Amino acid sequence: MFDTATIASIVAGSSALMFATMGETINEKAGVINLSVDGSMMLAALAGFVIAFQTDIVWLGFPAAAAVGMSVALLIAFASIKLSLNQVAVGFVLFALCTQLSRFLGANYVGRRPVGVPTWEIPGLSSIPFFGPVFFDHNLVVYLSYLTVIATFLFMYRTRKGLELQGIGERPEAAHSRGIPVNKLRYFYTALGGALIGIGGAAFSLDVKLGWSDRLTRNLGWIVLAIVIFGGWHPLRAAFGVLLFGALQAYAINLVPEFPSLSQVLPSIPFPAMILALVIVNWKRLLKWLDRYPFLRAILRSDPPTAIGTRFKVN
Amino acid sequence: MSSYRLTNLVLPISVVVASAVGLLVLAGTNPWDPLQLIVEGSIGWPPFEAGKSAKVGDTVMVWVPIALASAGLIVTFNAGMWNIGIEGQIIMGAIAAAFVAREVSAPRPLLVLLTILAGAVGGLLWGLLVGVLRTAGGVNEIFGGLGLDFVAISFTTYLIIDPWARTGVASTSGTDIFPDAALIPSLSDTRLSPLAIAIALLAIGGVWILFRGTLYGLKLKAVGANLRSSFLVGIPTNRYLLGAFMICGALAGIGGTVQATGFHFKLIPAISGGYGFLAILVVLLARYQAFWVIPISFFFAMIAVGSSQLDLRLDLNSALGGVLQGVLVLSAMFGLGWAAYRAKRQLQEASGGDSG
Repeated sequence: MFDTATIASIVAGSSALMFATMGETINEKAGVINLSVDGSMMLAALAGFVIAFQTDIVWLGFPAAAAVGMSVALLIAFASIKLSLNQVAVGFVLFALCTQLSRFLGANYVGRRPVGVPTWEIPGLSSIPFFGPVFFDHNLVVYLSYLTVIATFLFMYRTRKGLELQGIGERPEAAHSRGIPVNKLRYFYTALGGALIGIGGAAFSLDVKLGWSDRLTRNLGWIVLAIVIFGGWHPLRAAFGVLLFGALQAYAINLVPEFPSLSQVLPSIPFPAMILALVIVNWKRLLKWLDRYPFLRAILRSDPPTAIGTRFKVN
Repeated sequence: MSSYRLTNLVLPISVVVASAVGLLVLAGTNPWDPLQLIVEGSIGWPPFEAGKSAKVGDTVMVWVPIALASAGLIVTFNAGMWNIGIEGQIIMGAIAAAFVAREVSAPRPLLVLLTILAGAVGGLLWGLLVGVLRTAGGVNEIFGGLGLDFVAISFTTYLIIDPWARTGVASTSGTDIFPDAALIPSLSDTRLSPLAIAIALLAIGGVWILFRGTLYGLKLKAVGANLRSSFLVGIPTNRYLLGAFMICGALAGIGGTVQATGFHFKLIPAISGGYGFLAILVVLLARYQAFWVIPISFFFAMIAVGSSQLDLRLDLNSALGGVLQGVLVLSAMFGLGWAAYRAKRQLQEASGGDSG
């Protein structure tokens, strides 16, 4: 059942999750949890949709969505860093607020269709057997999602700035003592993460599922948060998680004709599967056994940034 | 944790009113009509007018599950746990109650008691599962709970379209109406059930006592304040965490029973009504204090019931109610945070100010 066309559609459909997962990985790596993803992605998807619909220029939707995602993320950073509020609490409230706001403001846009992102097969690359149709016969948004993954990985693990990013999430005191402005950078990376989450929203409403309907992106944001953990806060493994989720979803939908009475149940299989995956990557005894095999351990472990969710105050 | 002062209430309420007016003007309507309709649709206009008891009854019966879930969430929040699995716990309570209502025949008082107990057990087990995933599996309770929410929702839909399908037609509108003997007794011509109200008030009172006068509550708070230290001084932290999830699940499950046998009189796909997530907002606004849950959850129930009329009567999206609830909680949190920040700044300046 996983023929070339199916795999290609999984890759094309994963762009929204890819952007948002990279965004959340970045801000969690810096130590800030943005729990509002499910809501901020939805509001950003609406913003992108409305701008593209009103102007008839699809590309204008993306910066609009990024701005919405960034604003919500900055609210969380401000609440946490300046006002010492609980990140998770503020994030949850913003999730609820943004979700409802997208429903209220989007009510008049339900069913309208804007111009979509035009298909653009990459000359040359798209004629490679299998890899061509799977990876290079989509559109700019999908290609940018690959680039975002690669750029996030290279930045995090191959540059000095990326090392600083890891430092403020792992050992903020140590980073501070080396002259790194911890809280300033946390604002920056939270905003960057929020912008990517917003772009993920627009990728959904303008490409993956062109159009607007009530709660268009529902539950995608929660999937993003789970994939970040599954991905062990590593961009490449998170990207693998996104594709795995897409494959699982395609597989479940494929089973529906065979088990019609389970038609409502099968599409939600990826969610319990995700719990199972989290159990495995957190299984203490398994990890202990894996410690003897560093390579396997590196593949399977999922250790959060040490200072995730905590505040940093200069004394 | 400090309580509200008057100034801390003025800000959120004025922000809510301002954003409501702003949004409604943006939507091109006169702001007064929808706000009046929310009050009228929930408790009547003028409020609590004689002869409108059916409306008030509906609002109170929406209040009951929100209040029960909020009471449960106070326990898990005090234990330091984010029980986002609360939706699933309400749903599993409703399913367990529906099972008893459909399959057991007994005299009414006994059957009603059995449905309530079944609801409590259903919610308790679902809550326990979140707790076990967290304590034994290392799965953060937010994701374990969320995943189990999805499982519970799918399970409900599956039951409704297949094994418990309505006689004749299978549709997603719900199961057959439960037999009369299984319904929670209510006052004539309304849904208002004194029994349900009493259970909700008892739950809130119980939670209040738990954290005011019992060693168990004190230890739960210790676990929530610092898991590691509590473990080091000899508190069996895992057992306390599981206990918190079980208490919360049981209360949420009773809320689910009330939804099934006291409001819809059948099992429907959206049986939780989203009241679990709403209860999280209530508890955040109540700052984890049991007493405040009573008025705040009633206010939220009013908004939920009243705004459901907006689509029909004013052609406005009913999500307006949810927006206002969110704005209220967010501005209250920011208001309190800002006040605390200012107070600390002033203290620092007064003491000559070490750098900050």
